[in-house]
Amino acid sequence: MIHGEVSEFGIILLFLIGGIFFVAFGLLTARLIRPKRPNIEKLTTYESGEDPLGTAWSQFNTRFYIIALVFILFEVELVFLFPWATVYADQELMELTGGKWGMIALVEMVAFVIILALGLVYLWVKGFLNWERPMPTGKQYYSPIPKIAYSKFIKRRK
Amino acid sequence: MTFLFYLPLILVYAVFAIYAERKIAAFIQDRLGPMEVGRYGLLQTVADLLKLLQKEDIIPAAADRFMFRVAPFLIFVSIFVGFSVLPVSASMAGSGASTGLYFLLAFVSLDVLGMLFAGWGSNNKYALYGAMRSVAQIVSYEIPLSLSVLSVIVLSQSLDLQEISFQQSIWSDQKSYLLGISALGEVSSWGGFFTWNIIRLPILVPVFVIYFIASLAESNRAPFDLAEAESELIGGFHTEYSGFRWALIMLAEYGMMLLVSILAAILFLGSWNSPLPNIGTVKLAEWTNGSIGTWTSYAWGSFWLLSKAFLLIFVQMWVRWTYPRLRVDQLMNLCWKYLTPAALLLLLLSAVWVLSWV
Repeated sequence: MIHGEVSEFGIILLFLIGGIFFVAFGLLTARLIRPKRPNIEKLTTYESGEDPLGTAWSQFNTRFYIIALVFILFEVELVFLFPWATVYADQELMELTGGKWGMIALVEMVAFVIILALGLVYLWVKGFLNWERPMPTGKQYYSPIPKIAYSKFIKRRK
Repeated sequence: MTFLFYLPLILVYAVFAIYAERKIAAFIQDRLGPMEVGRYGLLQTVADLLKLLQKEDIIPAAADRFMFRVAPFLIFVSIFVGFSVLPVSASMAGSGASTGLYFLLAFVSLDVLGMLFAGWGSNNKYALYGAMRSVAQIVSYEIPLSLSVLSVIVLSQSLDLQEISFQQSIWSDQKSYLLGISALGEVSSWGGFFTWNIIRLPILVPVFVIYFIASLAESNRAPFDLAEAESELIGGFHTEYSGFRWALIMLAEYGMMLLVSILAAILFLGSWNSPLPNIGTVKLAEWTNGSIGTWTSYAWGSFWLLSKAFLLIFVQMWVRWTYPRLRVDQLMNLCWKYLTPAALLLLLLSAVWVLSWV
């Protein structure tokens, strides 16, 4: 495929610009043909038909906070793994080092990954990967009807 | 240019994928599905699209207007740019940037930002919860996804997807061994499925399973659709969207399905190469691949690549209508306690395996 003067990253830029144009063009077309008759009811925030109480921009559980941190750690690890994966069995470097290159690269990366994997194990053991489930509170309800009554009833229905 | 190939492809594909999804769902649930518009309901999605174009666009008064408007751009464009590095056939490739695959993964994850914009900008509780769940899910599953992709790169030693495709073809100068064991002899000239990455290095089979699960989660598909969970979150981060903006978000979701399936086909299932091997004088692989530079290679290449991708999409739909949705704690457990350690281990094993060849 001949790209003329467009460089490889130019093609990516072309996709970027083309995508933006497509979205903009679509929205423009829709704007031209769609009706616009807003009223207060339409413009309220949807909350299953109720009037919304307060705003959604409030404090909420930062349960995903730990996950975000772990994600960053692993993502950084991946950033280092990508260039490693492209060169570690490189033929030229193998020949230059008499076949030692692959082994050295592998051992180094294994050491690096094990340190990070230990981090994951630590998180696991500490229980940060467990989802905190809210325990139901409130009194246990004791029914005056004994449980055996239910099973008798079910048997009779059969 | 692949641009002229992929943009229409996404549009046409989305129309038929939505139709196919409804028909497959109907088949699995023993119903008929859309039957009214056109023959067998074939024009149903076209009618839906026309309706969406004409629908009033509502931006809630309480929303952050800027974020609300920017979000569909971010979501669609980040996924669309992912297509720029994909090859179509032996003589038709997108960007040949040597960091192609890495770039794709990096750019597609910007999609998360768009979802967060949409969820926060809507100022709706359902949307915000949906967005938070989405972000946590996509961000977590990116780790096993990237690790499984890395296992392939360890084999291919390249991030250029066209080069990865060529390595799996009969024109490759890389050696391939039968089932990845060098003692069993070389099969580079056989071509066909023998030189697919998944057969060249059989350890990639479990890696492919991990990739597939992670890609389901990445594209927010069931059983990982708890971010949109129609029955509990009314649609998640796009609750407040309507009309064409909503259509764009939907298009991006279907585009993501197509993107991860094409990527899976390229990385594991031999890209645009024919599955038929050369047997002695019966040169099936050469006949069904065309010759480079002629129209035969365009036709065969895009045919094989797309049929592999569509097969995977069919499996995605099948999974969606077969399995129940996961709970959020199960989702996180699966990712961090099973997939990530397994992917790390498989990466190590495939690295050792590849090293044993040289």
